[in-house]
Amino acid sequence: MASKKKINIVERIRREAGSVETRVNRGRKPTMKFPVRSLQNVSYQARKGYFEIMGRTKERTLTVNTVKTFAQTLRMMALSKELIETDDIATKREAYYVSKNWGEARFKEQPESDTVMEDVEALFRVNREQLGFIPEEKGGDVAGQLVVIDIDPSTGKKLRIDCTKFGSGAYSIPISVEQLEFETKAKFILVIETAGMFQRLVKHSYWKTANCVLVSMGGVPTRACRRFIRRLADIKKIPVYVFVDGDPYGFMNIYRTLKVGSGNAAHLNEFFCVPQARFLGITPKDIDDYELPTHPLKDVDIKRAKDALKNDPFVLHHKPWQQALKQMIKMGVRAEQQALAKHGLNYVIDEYLPQKIKKTSQFLP
Amino acid sequence: MTKARGSRTGSGAAQTGLFDDVSSTKTSRKTGKTISRKTANTARKASDKAPGPVAGPKPSGGKTAGLQVKKKNRPARFTAGKRKPAKQREISVSEFFAKNRHLLGFDNPSKALLTTVKEAVDNSLDACEEGGILPEIHVHIESLKEDRYRVTVQDNGPGISRKEMPRVFGSLLYGSKFHRLCQSRGQQGIGISAAGMYGQITTGKPVHVVSKEKRKPAHRFAILLDTNTNLPLITKDEEVEWDISHGTMVEIELEASYKGGRHSVDGYLWQVALANPHVTLHYAPPKGGPVNYDRASRKLPAEAKEIKPHPKGVELGQLMKMLKETKYRNLHGFLTHEFSRVSNKVADEVLDGAGLKAQMSPGRAHRDAAEVLYRSIQQAKIMNPPTNCLSPIGEDQLLKSLKSRHEPEFAIAVTRPPSVYRGNPFLIEAALAYGGGAFSSDEPVKLYRLANRVPLMYQKSACCVTKSVIETAWKNYHVPQSRGALPVAPMAILVHIASVWVPFTSESKEALASYPEIQKEIKLALQECGRKLGTYIRRGRRLADAQKKKDYIEKYIPHIGIALQEILGLTDKKRATTESKLRDILERSRKM
Repeated sequence: MASKKKINIVERIRREAGSVETRVNRGRKPTMKFPVRSLQNVSYQARKGYFEIMGRTKERTLTVNTVKTFAQTLRMMALSKELIETDDIATKREAYYVSKNWGEARFKEQPESDTVMEDVEALFRVNREQLGFIPEEKGGDVAGQLVVIDIDPSTGKKLRIDCTKFGSGAYSIPISVEQLEFETKAKFILVIETAGMFQRLVKHSYWKTANCVLVSMGGVPTRACRRFIRRLADIKKIPVYVFVDGDPYGFMNIYRTLKVGSGNAAHLNEFFCVPQARFLGITPKDIDDYELPTHPLKDVDIKRAKDALKNDPFVLHHKPWQQALKQMIKMGVRAEQQALAKHGLNYVIDEYLPQKIKKTSQFLP
Repeated sequence: MTKARGSRTGSGAAQTGLFDDVSSTKTSRKTGKTISRKTANTARKASDKAPGPVAGPKPSGGKTAGLQVKKKNRPARFTAGKRKPAKQREISVSEFFAKNRHLLGFDNPSKALLTTVKEAVDNSLDACEEGGILPEIHVHIESLKEDRYRVTVQDNGPGISRKEMPRVFGSLLYGSKFHRLCQSRGQQGIGISAAGMYGQITTGKPVHVVSKEKRKPAHRFAILLDTNTNLPLITKDEEVEWDISHGTMVEIELEASYKGGRHSVDGYLWQVALANPHVTLHYAPPKGGPVNYDRASRKLPAEAKEIKPHPKGVELGQLMKMLKETKYRNLHGFLTHEFSRVSNKVADEVLDGAGLKAQMSPGRAHRDAAEVLYRSIQQAKIMNPPTNCLSPIGEDQLLKSLKSRHEPEFAIAVTRPPSVYRGNPFLIEAALAYGGGAFSSDEPVKLYRLANRVPLMYQKSACCVTKSVIETAWKNYHVPQSRGALPVAPMAILVHIASVWVPFTSESKEALASYPEIQKEIKLALQECGRKLGTYIRRGRRLADAQKKKDYIEKYIPHIGIALQEILGLTDKKRATTESKLRDILERSRKM
């Protein structure tokens, strides 16, 4: 199946390049159509539970001003074709370095090459892994009541990984999670923003007392992390609770991306989202209820919150989120997960989480 | 502003002051009486001495002289009658200027040298043009001692008659230009004799003049100026051989210092050549080799016509003087004949407005009548003065001149239609020379200020021209400019004012006074030039952009070829044709 898919993509690359070549040889300006990658081009499908890309595309016609990106896009496509054909992979960083051999068409900084790569990805509406490009960052950490069944790359045999047996460490989510199978009796998955909080919960074996799987995202969740949680939750039909900092970044960039996907990779949101995720905390209400120590909202926080109220289809769909954001803007403060330590280091384990989990119906959507 | 008025109104203002004094004698105190009489006397004597229409003291000169007299005698006033007043004596104009040489531009040795050359060259050029001769002028500056120089200026003008010569060079305020309204370089008849006087004061040597009229023998004079009497003293008068057909040579020895550069004689003559494309100049500086400026054009400037004063440009004092001196026997005739633009109808209106009878004799119009007449003139609607009295350099000539001196990549010249300030017609010309390697692009623009074709060298920041350049919004024309400063660009700006009376801020003719009418015209001319320049700069930028784009295309097209070859497995030949097709497509789109 995999090899058929590969041929398919190589064929699509060839077709795209072919159409460029024919147009040129007919004396016409070649064009490529890319879907617009931004929140403006997604709609929130409440029923499906994720941001779905809308039809809006930008046409990149080869002109004087676009000739550089046009050349870079084509060279990136050529690189991808080569990777697929030789069954090799390149990290985003490596792809950036490969471009250094492209003379004038080289990228100055990696973000430029990442953007072009994402363009190609969106052009073919595939996952970048399918193009032979893999991300640099690791997917996230897992600990708790879970057995992951993977395949040993050297022997090809199945490998059982028991996530309860990492002691004070954790299982690392691999870059590709499609082949994984799971065994679990956990009641829920608790997804945590910071590694620090994850460490505390692992250290005190919270997963044992609460019978759950703990996942650390370490900031905005990677695609692999999102996909891992999604598959686990789908296959085992268990709820997902998200525990992040109480600030607009935690709400929108982390929680919203995990749940419904992003505007940037909208063509992939269908796979890289966790529609069943629910927001455990920290909510603006928590700040009051638990009398948490706070910091004032920064200008960027306020801007982010106001932007979300105005433009984010997810927020526009969910009244409770609008209220939460408005409340936060009005309070003018934010609180981190670790702020709970005010009441004692293990207050979060002994009081906060158990109290919260008793009332899952009050979680924000 | 007031200074300029003083200089313009000339003897008028002075006269007003004097008449005021005379008429106020009735009411003034005992001592005041004698003083004012004395002053009036001085003035009358001075005017008696000067033959023909040449009148008494110079504007500020006369006034200041009067003031000085008063000052000297102030103690006497306080002790009225009790003690004999301190010695009182007349002051001659020459004497006054000998003591106030800075008023004429002799404030320091290097400026003295420049002013001397300037006055001599101005005179030569005026003389040649009046005689309809294409001027060819030799300027020679010799260093005699450390601070002693000899300036020799020779022209090919029509020459000066033997009778006139001593007066021209040996008497201040003797001249043909002060009392007529006609565009010329010199205005007051002070220049060359003042230079001679300065030389005489500093070195004790007379001015040497050789002049030859056509088909007449050449004469050589050595002239000293008697500062007490304002009369020339001839120390030598001989017939000499001179192997040219006509011309004049002036030689003045003076205490001075020579510095090269833009603000010295060098820069001045350079600008003279720029402003007078019909002039050939040979210049031998004290240091370095001779410099020649060949004429860029053989066209003599159009002769400037003389006009009668415009009623609105005449002040009360001058009006009173004119009333007194006119040969017309009634006010109506006086108004219609002594002024320009006064028709019978206008004269009637003015007289009606003043409540004066047309038959009234001008001589009997005393001060009060004159004042009513003056006010009535201000009220009346009078056509602007004729403007055929102005002789612009002309757009073509300016362009020729700028191009031959600077070799700019872009040049533009604009001659504005004539306009009027205070009854004096004037006309503004502006020209720009941009780029071409002659200028630095990170320095302020070079500014050439010209008045009746004479370069203005000093007091740049006090000048109306500089102000107007600064107030023009050069950024609109893609020329960088910081607030309140000259624009910064590889550019020279030339502004010329042609007028029958150029309003200078002082007698040394260094800066233009800021009349709103003049400033407005200068700005309009600059804006017109600026717009053209802006278009040029924009076009240049467009071309540069297009070239940049072309290079840009060249840079990336091969990569599209490589990528297509890699993906599609094209042959090298196929790749080359694809690349060239692509180049064609983009080149075509570039033009659109």
